[in-house]
Amino acid sequence: MASSVARRLGVFVLSLLAASVVIFLIAQALPGDVARIMLGNEASQADVDALRAQLGLDRPLPVRYLEWMGGLLHGDAGTSYLSGAPVSELIAPRLGVTLWLTGLALVLAVLVAVPLGMVAALHRRDAGGFVVSAVAQVGMAVPAFVAGIVLVAVFSVRLHLLPATGYVPLRSDPLGWARSLVLPVVALAAVQASVLTRYVRSAFIDVLTEDYYRTARAVGWTRGLAMLRHGLRNASLSLVTVLGLQLASVLVGAIVIEQVFVLPGLGQLLLEAVAQKDVLVVQGIVMLLVVFVLLINALVEVAAVALDPRVGEEVA
Amino acid sequence: MSLLEVDGLTVAFGRGAPAIRDVCLRVDAGQRLGVIGESGSGKTVTALAIMGLLAENARLSGSIRIDGDELIGRSDRELARLRGDKLGMIFQEPLSALDPTMRSGRQVAEVLRLHEGAAAGAARERVLAMLAEVGFDDPERVADSYPFQLSGGQRQRVLTAMALINSPDLVICDEPTTALDVTVQATVLGVLDRVLSDAGAACLFISHDLAVVSQLCSDIAVMLDGQIVERGSTADIFDQPQHPYTRGLVATARLDLVAPGDRLPVIGDFYAGERR
Amino acid sequence: MKRLELGVGVTLVALVAAMAVVSFVWTPYDPIRIVPADRLLRPGPAHLLGTDAFGRDLFSRLLVGARSCLSVGVISVGIAALIGVPVGLFVAQGPRWLARVVLRATDIAQALPALLLAILLAGVFGGSTTTAMVAIGAAAVPQFIRVTRAGARQVLSSDYVAAARSAGIPRWRTAWTHVLPNIGALIGVQASVTFAMAILAEAALSYLGLATQPPTPTWGRMLKEAQDFLYLQPGQVLWPALAVAGGVLGFNLLGDGLRDRLDPRLREAA
Repeated sequence: MASSVARRLGVFVLSLLAASVVIFLIAQALPGDVARIMLGNEASQADVDALRAQLGLDRPLPVRYLEWMGGLLHGDAGTSYLSGAPVSELIAPRLGVTLWLTGLALVLAVLVAVPLGMVAALHRRDAGGFVVSAVAQVGMAVPAFVAGIVLVAVFSVRLHLLPATGYVPLRSDPLGWARSLVLPVVALAAVQASVLTRYVRSAFIDVLTEDYYRTARAVGWTRGLAMLRHGLRNASLSLVTVLGLQLASVLVGAIVIEQVFVLPGLGQLLLEAVAQKDVLVVQGIVMLLVVFVLLINALVEVAAVALDPRVGEEVA
Repeated sequence: MSLLEVDGLTVAFGRGAPAIRDVCLRVDAGQRLGVIGESGSGKTVTALAIMGLLAENARLSGSIRIDGDELIGRSDRELARLRGDKLGMIFQEPLSALDPTMRSGRQVAEVLRLHEGAAAGAARERVLAMLAEVGFDDPERVADSYPFQLSGGQRQRVLTAMALINSPDLVICDEPTTALDVTVQATVLGVLDRVLSDAGAACLFISHDLAVVSQLCSDIAVMLDGQIVERGSTADIFDQPQHPYTRGLVATARLDLVAPGDRLPVIGDFYAGERR
Repeated sequence: MKRLELGVGVTLVALVAAMAVVSFVWTPYDPIRIVPADRLLRPGPAHLLGTDAFGRDLFSRLLVGARSCLSVGVISVGIAALIGVPVGLFVAQGPRWLARVVLRATDIAQALPALLLAILLAGVFGGSTTTAMVAIGAAAVPQFIRVTRAGARQVLSSDYVAAARSAGIPRWRTAWTHVLPNIGALIGVQASVTFAMAILAEAALSYLGLATQPPTPTWGRMLKEAQDFLYLQPGQVLWPALAVAGGVLGFNLLGDGLRDRLDPRLREAA
């Protein structure tokens, strides 16, 4: 067990390195000269060279990569070319919004998808199951931002129930915070729940053909309870992995949703930086998101070991 | 009135032809009836029909009565109350029939709690006693093991414990030893014989192996192509088999009668069915 | 029900394609001509779906929007298949360690989904149709590698390939004559599912203003513009929303329908 965790840790570190190289190379492939762009066409060549030196752009790529990575290890993602503020200080206050949005959407998606997927599996041959599958299929086709706009049209514009835009920090007004997050979370969760429902359904259909499910029925569990008692434990093994893989798409979904609802999260910062070509900020945020996804997936793998008594034994 | 009365039972799946036709069975309290036949003859369908565990697209007609109560047409919830309590079942695949993520002891205890609502502590005691009864010297260790840590024969005994812990009136065994090595088979059959006697439970024992059935059962029904073609006491079946298929079965089971050097008998020597 | 899936899928895909084709020969109005007098008209006989805040005809814009949706889909799926399929074929026949390295790399790549990659590219090069196509295509390469490899291994393990091999036919030839034709349908399924993903990504990117630039109409931009006038004319959201969802649904159903018709041995790879 310990050795398998160590091996996964190694794979995780290698993954981080590989991802960082790719992101760095793309970001540094910027056509033209950052210093020239910042100073404008009228600036003298001497000024441009001075700025290049100041930004460290005159040094070779590998050196700059190592500097960036070295900084990241200390939580220093460099300094914004434009505002001059450290990238980490720009990111920190934005992190909470995005994490709340992503986390709550994932939780909501699971809470909706597991029962629905189970119903769809148990009733796969009748109308009820067909309806659930069809709704999930349609739900998958509606982008989160479209769902967001439609929710705003209904609940804000027409019914005046919830705010259309804006964010209230949790500490200043918990109720306002909750109200500001309801629509974005629901919009983001709707798509994920649809995708997840399909996975849950097929995982539970697999369970239905398992001998242990038949045993559970033979000792007196009804269909639904046998599914909950023995199916859920076994299906959760594959579902946890799927959830980890979903995380990346939930995060990028959150970036777009933040634009719909004007939430001051990472996505807003990222898109502002993209608009201003503030490459170091873009690079920093993308790297942060990728690290987060890889970290969660590494944890998921460890969790899968913990959930399945067999995996740990076989490795040991 | 017998414990189990099956009359005119016909089962078809979807729009297909019937898998079993007009099956009639009687099992008295404490009696052991062996049902013998080749794979595809409808033995397992009969067993699952009695348990109410057939696939949802199964269409049943006829009658299945336990203590005079009709089971066909009852809801899954009502049947679930009988299963694991009055009716126990042991399956063919001991390797996959236990939940791989749950310790064996808990799976046995669950059956107890499900039907009696026994408290956790008391359940544990009874589980250990039951595990000792099915022949484990170290019930504590077995109870705390996951299924993958046990051998096939051990898992089959855990399943036997699950089927018998609520002292059912009828235990249905569907080829319980087919997947096991011959030596392990003998142990498991011995355990089954003993616990059935101790509990005074009746048994419907399904197998394709006449030798195995004759060890355990007082009576035998022979199934062929979805119908019962012959029934009688084990002794009668062996001494005066009527149906040619039964004669073939008996001949292939009594290899001790074959003289050294002679060709071994096959069922085809006695019975050339429509499908052969 | 399976036949229903495929039928609905084909119909929706055909509808989107028809919209794009029709837009080349006919639109009721010039989709980018600004007519201040006709601002925010409600749907009526003159303007089937009404007009936007610049007086542009929404039906015309919806038709033309299908073009960028389809072209981004076709190009990005093409990029993904042209890189992913050969690499997958090569990895399937290569040594084990290579397969392990490549599969691990495709795992890592999943942490950088199409949208994030597109945003990164837009941050460096500026958002355009090209960055969107390249990012969506590149992000889909790993799945093509995985599916092709899994399918190819399935075929390579079959008896007729072993027979061809033992007859002295070289590896690359068996890959060309036996493997590729047999996994064609499998790659079709992957292409269909990737196409749906591409439509989703393109819509999101053009909503964010990071794909095809104005004045060319796209469904994502129409949604953005409709959102700005949600209080005045909420109905504007409906049609571009339906168009995006219909396109995605169509390709997803097409992929599912094709998957069910696959050789069962290959279905596991899909």
